[in-house]
Amino acid sequence: MAEISYRDAVTRGIAQEMARDPDVVFLGEDVAKPGGCFKATVGLYEQFGGVRVRDTPISEQAILGAAMGAAMTGLKPIAEIMFSDFIAVCFDYIANEFPKARYMSNGQTKCPLVVRTANGAGSRFGAQHSQSVENWCMMIPGLKVVAPSSPIDVVGLMAAAVRDPDPVIFFEHKSLYNSKGEVPDGEILDTLGTAKILRPGKDCTIVALALMVPRALEAAERLRIDHGIDCEVIDVRSLVPLDTKTILASVAKTHRLFTVEENPRLCGWGAEIVSIVADEAFYDLDGPPVRITTPHIPLPAADIMEDVVLPTPQRIMETIRRSLGS
Amino acid sequence: MSTAKDRAPGPAGSGLNDDIGEEKRLALYRSQVRLRDAEQRAFDLFLQNLVKGTSHLSLGQEAIAAGFAEAMVKGDLSFCTYRGHAHTLARGVPVEKVLGELMQKDNGLMRGKGGSMHLTSEKHGVMGSYAIIGAHLPIACGAAWRAQYRGDKDVSVCFFGDGTTNIGAFHEALNFAAVWKLPVVFVCENNLYMEYTPIKDVIPIPQPAADRASAYGLERILIDGNDADIVYRTAQKAFARARAGEGPSLIECLTYRHSGHSRADPAKYRPEGELEEWKKHDPVKLYRERLKQFGVSDAQIAEIDASVRKEVDDATEACKAAPSPPLDIITTDVYADGGWAWRN
Ligand SMILES: Cc1ncc(C[n+]2csc(CCOP(=O)(O)OP(=O)(O)O)c2C)c(N)n1
Ligand SMILES: [Mg+2]
Repeated sequence: MAEISYRDAVTRGIAQEMARDPDVVFLGEDVAKPGGCFKATVGLYEQFGGVRVRDTPISEQAILGAAMGAAMTGLKPIAEIMFSDFIAVCFDYIANEFPKARYMSNGQTKCPLVVRTANGAGSRFGAQHSQSVENWCMMIPGLKVVAPSSPIDVVGLMAAAVRDPDPVIFFEHKSLYNSKGEVPDGEILDTLGTAKILRPGKDCTIVALALMVPRALEAAERLRIDHGIDCEVIDVRSLVPLDTKTILASVAKTHRLFTVEENPRLCGWGAEIVSIVADEAFYDLDGPPVRITTPHIPLPAADIMEDVVLPTPQRIMETIRRSLGS
Repeated sequence: MSTAKDRAPGPAGSGLNDDIGEEKRLALYRSQVRLRDAEQRAFDLFLQNLVKGTSHLSLGQEAIAAGFAEAMVKGDLSFCTYRGHAHTLARGVPVEKVLGELMQKDNGLMRGKGGSMHLTSEKHGVMGSYAIIGAHLPIACGAAWRAQYRGDKDVSVCFFGDGTTNIGAFHEALNFAAVWKLPVVFVCENNLYMEYTPIKDVIPIPQPAADRASAYGLERILIDGNDADIVYRTAQKAFARARAGEGPSLIECLTYRHSGHSRADPAKYRPEGELEEWKKHDPVKLYRERLKQFGVSDAQIAEIDASVRKEVDDATEACKAAPSPPLDIITTDVYADGGWAWRN
């Protein structure tokens, strides 16, 4: 057991899978010799060599297209898109190619690949380098979508994503790269489609993802200390497949639901969860489900502005306290 | 010593080059006639309202599909566009499977789940037909990367039109393939039009692919795409280069489509006389003449024509009789577990 950073967990997860399976290859811009724009893949080139770990031109369509062609014909590629905002320039592969190939071919074509990408705000990079775009991918049938919040989950979900036979979009959070956590020695393999209850509670359910998870946990702690409110905090981890069982069971117990989302308001993943709960657990609820999100605006660059638009522990705490009327 | 050229049965001094050989020549002819007949049948079936959805024919462009497919060996991979019936058939996919898909029947190649624009038959090396312009060029690069990585000897062959040379994915793929020296062959079928706009109106150079090859350090290759022998020889050279690890090729084939862009297009935008001029250089007609020059008898030609016709007729009847696909496959094969579940 050792404490490692979320950043090092990325390298650890990829290395674990590359060491296990020679079909796993890794490509992206500045990922090999330079070790990645966020230094999340340092050492892979040295460990596995330039044939398996390859720097590409600045060609996002070529990166994802090549990953797909390699996956269709037998490899298990991991492709990096440097910032998740750049998914927009290669969205054809994410929206039209990866997720449709198997269906359109009536099951002939496979596409076992992972696209990993740095998502989210906190770096004061402005509206084109800070977005949380996991909902861009969640809406597409045929994809799987993962966004871990801790180093151990990064390693285990990376392994699960690489071994999964479907295309997986793997969102790493830029503001979590420096965070640290205990990771046991040896192989770690997690399961896609499983949420984790990080803190059990009885008064309300808070569902969060990625950077919003530590913020939800902090809010829950303050709600307990300051107001005696006992929150259950669920890390969704995987948007597709979605572990609705864990969420519905929690709501059945707490009778209140809050989602904490970094994405802008419209069509955020929380809306889907609220809709499922409204459909299937309406009579479990003692009050309206509440979504805590970034407002529906492009992200501003300045720190004081970015800090107020993202859900903060303070905003989460106040929203919950007000809703629960204490 | 007798050379292939000496053995050519063409008239003395005709300069006929028999590097292709009788067997391959007959195969090239048969393939072209088969593509022609099958697509003409598809067109007739539209008129009877038996082909649904859209459909993009390659009538007039058969020499390219036949020439490349005859130069490919088992294991080589084809990446096609929505105009992919000919390329799919040329790799040996039965006519019934293609017509069945166009007619949205259960005997179709993908049982109606893909449709005319997405013909795929991996066991024949047809790795999909792609309907987003240019998307398959990078994908072909990826398949070629796998071959390079594993030391496999197969070549990935990617077909697309003149209009496709203006989309970003074309340039990304060409650069990527050239830099990584991938065993991929890019084949531009220049039929002079994108959908309805002449290609010359939207490029700043005369030839959409050939004149861009130098930007990627590649040889300028521009050929008559209506002569199956020329296509076949060019393909062989490019495949040998790819298999030897010398990298990609970009081949521009000049051709012309006899029909409109898609089933809905009467092709009124073409100048008068253009189609007639190109029909004089019809690949099937040209190749039939070539066979005769090489001494193939009318009876032998008629026999090939009849056997092709029989396959197309039998396929038509089988497709007419085939049931529609069952509705329970609507939700199959979204994910690798065979289903569509996105939640527990
Ligand atoms: C990205 C994208 N843009 C536009 C279209 C619509 N479209 C379909 S075919 C076509 C023309 C393509 O021309 P070309 O590459 O010359 O191929 P051809 O149809 O002549 O074989 C267009 C514009 C598309 N399918 N995808
Ligand atoms: Mg064209």
